Amino acid sequence: MKVGLFIPCYIDQFYPQVAVATLQLLEKLGVDVDYPLQQTCCGQPMANSGFSHYTQGCDSLFVKNFTGYDYIVAPSGSCVLHIKDHLHDDKNQAAADQIRSRIYELCEFLTDVLQVKELQASFPHKVGFHVSCHGQRGLHLSQMSELNAEDFSKPGFLLSLVKDIELVQLNRKDECCGFGGTFCVSEEAVSVKMGKDRVQDHLEHGADYITGGDVSCLMHMEGILKRQKSGVKVLHIAEILNGQL
Amino acid sequence: MSSSTYIAPTDHAKAADKFMEDEERVNWHDKALWFIREKRDVASKQLPEWELLRETASQIKQNVLANLDTYLEQFEQNAKQNGITVHWAADAAEHNRIVLDIINKHGIQKLVKSKSMLTEECHLNDYLADNGIDVVDTDLGERVVQLAQEPPSHIVLPCIHKRKEEVGELFHKHLGTEKGASDPAYLTEAARQHLREKFLTSDLAITGVNFAIAETGGFVVCTNEGNADMGAHLAKVHIACMGIEKIIPKAENLSVFLRLLARSATGQPITTYSSHFHRPRPDQEMHIVLVDNGRSIQLGRKDFYNSLKCIRCGACINTCPVYRRSGGHSYHYAISGPIGAILAPNMDMKKNADLPFASTLCGSCTNVCPVKIDIHNQLYQWRQIIAKEGYVPATKAQGMKVMANVMANPTLFRVAGKSGRFMMRLAPGLASIKAVNPWAKQRDMPEAPKESFRDWYIKNKKKS
Amino acid sequence: MSSRESILKQVKANKPAAAPLPATLAFPPLPAADVLEKYVRIAEAVGTVVMQVESLSAIGAYLKKHYETPERVLNTVKGVGFGQELSGPIEDGHTLANLEMAVVQGTLAVAENGAVWVSEEHLPIRVLPFITEHLMLVVSEQDVVNNMHEAYARLDVSVPGFGAFISGPSRTADIEQSLVIGAHGPKRAHVFIVK
Ligand code: SF4
Repeated sequence: MKVGLFIPCYIDQFYPQVAVATLQLLEKLGVDVDYPLQQTCCGQPMANSGFSHYTQGCDSLFVKNFTGYDYIVAPSGSCVLHIKDHLHDDKNQAAADQIRSRIYELCEFLTDVLQVKELQASFPHKVGFHVSCHGQRGLHLSQMSELNAEDFSKPGFLLSLVKDIELVQLNRKDECCGFGGTFCVSEEAVSVKMGKDRVQDHLEHGADYITGGDVSCLMHMEGILKRQKSGVKVLHIAEILNGQL
Repeated sequence: MSSSTYIAPTDHAKAADKFMEDEERVNWHDKALWFIREKRDVASKQLPEWELLRETASQIKQNVLANLDTYLEQFEQNAKQNGITVHWAADAAEHNRIVLDIINKHGIQKLVKSKSMLTEECHLNDYLADNGIDVVDTDLGERVVQLAQEPPSHIVLPCIHKRKEEVGELFHKHLGTEKGASDPAYLTEAARQHLREKFLTSDLAITGVNFAIAETGGFVVCTNEGNADMGAHLAKVHIACMGIEKIIPKAENLSVFLRLLARSATGQPITTYSSHFHRPRPDQEMHIVLVDNGRSIQLGRKDFYNSLKCIRCGACINTCPVYRRSGGHSYHYAISGPIGAILAPNMDMKKNADLPFASTLCGSCTNVCPVKIDIHNQLYQWRQIIAKEGYVPATKAQGMKVMANVMANPTLFRVAGKSGRFMMRLAPGLASIKAVNPWAKQRDMPEAPKESFRDWYIKNKKKS
Repeated sequence: MSSRESILKQVKANKPAAAPLPATLAFPPLPAADVLEKYVRIAEAVGTVVMQVESLSAIGAYLKKHYETPERVLNTVKGVGFGQELSGPIEDGHTLANLEMAVVQGTLAVAENGAVWVSEEHLPIRVLPFITEHLMLVVSEQDVVNNMHEAYARLDVSVPGFGAFISGPSRTADIEQSLVIGAHGPKRAHVFIVK
């Protein structure tokens, strides 16, 4: 099995440790991982701003980089969802379609493809899990509180395999943090207020760490925590599952 | 009341900024609406068949839209047979004229009106006021905003943005309640007495319509307060105004919709009153105004037509994390929140170009919608159209073009990355604003790592 | 072209592809005793006082015990034996402006939401169940159904010129979401379930 690792642009630039943890975790689990060096971005920042008609170049590049892998894995539900829903290449739509069907967010790759049942990781801290919307409502990584349907959580299951971790319950278990791509600057006031409220929920329940599957949301909440001079830290779930802090 | 002195905002983000000035109020507003969302969750989870009901409702509405012309004709024919006069209005102006004509024909000067989002959409109140007609909104929340000379901020809870002290102040001024009194029970009783007098002295009542039944030519109006019934049953003339999409095929379809409507709206199992009107009283005249006002255009937009399935329950509004923190008026359209944001651009794309962007695309709206409208996908689709039509700020379009070029070119991407924090720089608005960086106003920037992942990978991992 | 024609024309041109009307939903029936228990529980939760009585005259006896002023009670249900009995129609609803109590026959009751179907067939005038301060509804025990699907299967709502599902007293929560019972309609509601 050959896996192409997709590291979204902002992780590459700001949170390389998340990418390292993802790579190490996959390799520990015996996966043959390749990181195509010419990759950039999934195109979501443009598309969500209404400029999907500017993304052909970015899309073609993505197809070029990730054609031929059995799976493509990325530590970001949001970017994966965008590729799944929107990857398009006029010159090579068949390859684009194949990528769309083969791309996985890290957690679902671990639970659904690798069928991970145990992990060598320990994290003796109180942790709040932030459910990111695109992973949840788009990729169905966990059940959505709005639906009358059975509860489940793929990242929750993985965290339950981590020794000594204590997950805190939240008042609003899947409310949006307000990042929202360019929304975070174009609607600054609402975005920040949503982020503050989300962070507060974790703080109220005594979390020492906030984790989640999307660095974008975490970066937004981290920015708020730091501004508040809070000691609470954010970590991507890969960093906890990798157990190498 | 004369025409409203209320000045509508024109930009969601700016209006939200203003609403946010009073953070304590925002917290309260958010909690009040979240409380309703929670009640909706509890109610929906008591029915094991909930998701089946949503799917069925969505399919019924699909069938309605696919046969709307025949159902409308069928409805008209049956309604006429029932003794109801049926009018057709192509747009808001025609709707308002029709209503005024009926009023004038009877020489009526004042009337009572129960909740109708359609009449809000058509700005009927202002039009009638300008023509010297005294309109009294009888839904308590609507009466409050009417006295405040504001539009409703929510389709189900018109004055959800008002604190009880503000209502007390308004009632003190207009209804003579005690100064400083703000107890909701006391204020409601005062409104009851005030409005009862209006019901008893009005010869004409306007109501909205929740559902109109093609097969029987009747229509259903749902309220908790009983104001639609008090108005309609005491008046000599009853005018019911409805958008053409309110049609359902058969009476039995109501079972599905009435099970969903109130549970979605407020968590109640049903509204207190679900009134079925089929014929006027012998001493009464009954009119229905069927209004298009852009609906038949929306019907032809393949990515957007299913917004016409909406039953105006407000669930998407209550769950919307943006709405709860920006307030209904920030949407500057008769229908606020996510559903308003997908309906408004159909009416005026330029004026409402900001609304589809007033969302994080979190998708909660889609999940609560009882008729399964894919609201967040439509927000995304409107963004594409609006950007293509050029209704976004030029700086944003330019920024996006630069970003697209960078992202399509690995070399440029690396150069840009190395030259520092390009993501933040490229984010629209950032490049041009020197003094204020919207990210950093209330958030710290992420710390710059020593090396990018790619650099690390080449150093540590690259085989060959 | 009239607006009617132009609207219909545009609708016809723009409507989406054919889609079938889904089949009528039906759910397995509940045992009668469970339906009744559910009705009482849910009706009470929406603010209705539910009384289960042996006969119509028991309603009269109950009312006599609890309410002293039969003069201000309009009774439209034969056999209850309390208040001002009325058989014919009422000409003008405005005369009921100060009515304290009305006793009205309901056609059926719905367990899942506490509602009672009240229609013109049993009303001397439409406004009666709305204008009265206290509404007393009478429903026969065998006319309590489980859900709205069963209700619509039993009713032809287009027969009366007017009919309504009424669930509890009128209410509003428009001021700061605090529930206040007694908006424009009745401030109190009773449902008598008659064996
Ligand atoms: S879009 Fe759906 S959830 Fe929103 S008001 Fe309409 S029916 Fe309700």
